[in-house]
Amino acid sequence: MIEKKPIIFLLLATATILVGTVVTMVAPFKWINDPKLAIASVTPYTPLQLEGRDIYIREGCNNCHTQTVRPLLSDTERYGEYSKSGEFAYDQPFLWGSRRNGPDLARIGGKYPDAWHVKHMKDPQAMVPRSNMPSYQFLTQPLDTRHTERKMKALKFPYTQADLDALAGKSELDAMVAYMQKLGNDIPWRKAGRSEVLGEMDNPFQDNMAVLPEAKELYLQHCAQCHGKDLKGDVGPSLEDLDQPDIDLFRIIYSGSPDTGMPAYGDSLGKERIWKLVTYVKSMHRR
Amino acid sequence: MNQQEGYADEIVKGFIISSMVWGFVAVLLGVVISLQISFPQLNIPPYLSYGRLRPIHTNAGIFGWGIGSFMAFFIYITQRLAKNRLWSTGLARFQLWLFNAVIALAAVTLLLGMNRSKEYAELEWPVALLVVVLWVIFSVNIIMTIVKRREEQMYVSLWYVLATLVGVAILYLVNNAAIPISLTKSYSAFAGANDANVQWWYGHNAVALVLTTPPLAIFYYFLPKTTGVPIYSHRMSVIAFWSLIFMYLWTGAHHLLWAPVPDWVQTVAMGFSVMLIAPSWASVFNGYYSMNGQWHQMQQNYLAKFLIFGITFYGIQTLQGPAQAIRTFSAFIHFTDWVPGHVHMGALGWVSLVLFAAIYYTIPKLYNTEIYSIPLANLHFWLAVAGQMIFSVSMWIAGVQQASMLNATNPDGSLHYSFIETMVELYPYWYIRAGGGVIYLASLIVFIYNIAKTISAGKAQTAQPLTQRA
Repeated sequence: MIEKKPIIFLLLATATILVGTVVTMVAPFKWINDPKLAIASVTPYTPLQLEGRDIYIREGCNNCHTQTVRPLLSDTERYGEYSKSGEFAYDQPFLWGSRRNGPDLARIGGKYPDAWHVKHMKDPQAMVPRSNMPSYQFLTQPLDTRHTERKMKALKFPYTQADLDALAGKSELDAMVAYMQKLGNDIPWRKAGRSEVLGEMDNPFQDNMAVLPEAKELYLQHCAQCHGKDLKGDVGPSLEDLDQPDIDLFRIIYSGSPDTGMPAYGDSLGKERIWKLVTYVKSMHRR
Repeated sequence: MNQQEGYADEIVKGFIISSMVWGFVAVLLGVVISLQISFPQLNIPPYLSYGRLRPIHTNAGIFGWGIGSFMAFFIYITQRLAKNRLWSTGLARFQLWLFNAVIALAAVTLLLGMNRSKEYAELEWPVALLVVVLWVIFSVNIIMTIVKRREEQMYVSLWYVLATLVGVAILYLVNNAAIPISLTKSYSAFAGANDANVQWWYGHNAVALVLTTPPLAIFYYFLPKTTGVPIYSHRMSVIAFWSLIFMYLWTGAHHLLWAPVPDWVQTVAMGFSVMLIAPSWASVFNGYYSMNGQWHQMQQNYLAKFLIFGITFYGIQTLQGPAQAIRTFSAFIHFTDWVPGHVHMGALGWVSLVLFAAIYYTIPKLYNTEIYSIPLANLHFWLAVAGQMIFSVSMWIAGVQQASMLNATNPDGSLHYSFIETMVELYPYWYIRAGGGVIYLASLIVFIYNIAKTISAGKAQTAQPLTQRA
């Protein structure tokens, strides 16, 4: 009996442990990160983005934020296109996380303008009331670039001397924002997956004053962070003097305007609530 | 079974006391970070923020309290089952010193933000190397003690001991493979989805080979010791052992369901996770059937209560786990508070209750005395169970509520709630969870007081005659 022979027992136990290990951990190397799954538009990190990523790791951001959008409605509607393995080919380590105390960040890149991130990182509650994210005001300290070049070499990422020189005077927060803006933005999903509003539509709530209280709540929750509680503008432009037709405003809120940093709200808010927002904004103008 | 055999029991005492200190630190930090989640202004960046403290909480719990006490009991159990003293006491003394140095170093480096980010493998490479040295010293000592044993048959506990030693070594070496940049920074040797797959092969089998096989070794040893009844079925323990260590290693990717790793890896993980119910419950039944005709001990023997509640939590844990490993259920509760609820039933219920029993049993033996107070031990028990249940149940409800809100849609197909709207609903549950943590912390204070009193009584007794060493 092997219960009397410890060395043989040890070897057998090792072999038993190795079977599943080889099949499910070693063998997948053959499939994952296969060149056939590579996505041409996915690029390595720049020195600034890589330093930002290292700050994300240092601060343990992955303890609260995931970076994988699952192919499930509640994920794709909320965050965007589901994650592809080819998008993570340069991620050493991966940062998919395991718990969403905060929202997923796999598609955060390009969602908000830089100024939004800066304000949010310094004082999260100013942008998202009742958020439980800690303040990262201290990231305004200068970025430590002593090891940047060694890091780029170790990961075999391309860089130029100009990239490294450009790091002079940058803060940790600059690096973090650069990293945020890179996340999930390597595939053109925002443009490709953008839902366009076609044809003419009428605002079902036009001149319907009854929806204004609810619409105001929606505005305060989703819009006020950037456009200000009184519509005077802040990160985003002032909305006081809008006189575009309702359908144009609807289009901008529904599909976003990636070039100006306006996020798309079509998937998360839906048509009805967006018409209410249009009604609210226009009602403020009419006053 | 007493001190005359020359067993290295001073080392066992050292490990028990060290692990109790780290266990207290782990739970204290758990309470702190649960309050930080509830009240963000309690974060004091850079050092005392949730992101930096949470890895210290998990590392102190798994490695300080878990591994520390497993080292104590592996040394204790192995000597007794081998009927031989430890192969090298000197090596073990160095191991105790190194263990405490490594855990302290881990805490300090994590606080400074030196963090590889891979869960339960956060330690930067110089600290990880020290962990490897620690594990090699420990393994050699235990294996040599078993090889040179004076009892021909190896009891079940020793199988689990051997599997733990080799399994942890394989897991740790692979997942810590790194490209060093400086003394305080390295990058994982693997990229993207590969890194994720390696990490969760490691992560889930840390649950297998750190949080399952060692407590089983301890359970199989201390249940007969404390109740006076033999284990019900040797054959069942043989089957359970081999199928457990075979199947566990296939299941890591159930942490990656719906993530961009190959579908077949996920499906295999899902299937094996469900199959794991069999070997897990074989151990549960072995525990229950051993109690046949002895159930009155649940009332009269406080140690039986700790052990049987422990194995019961293990049983619930190993039903809940496979359920979570099924794609549809995972889609619902993954990334929510349900999962911390699940994890803490295993950590605070199963593993810790078994360890409490083992410590209550061995400390009086090692110090030639009786336990200071059984009523206090009972108080400890009920506070611990209450604290843990408050924690887990509140988190399960929170998880289901948040998942339901995240999935709610409007008639036009849009989402009903934004992320923040679902998150703010969790605050009440987080307050309750912190309350559960405080109760658990109180149970530990009772426990530590009881053990400290027992030790000082033991020391006083042996000091009087001046004849015998404790």
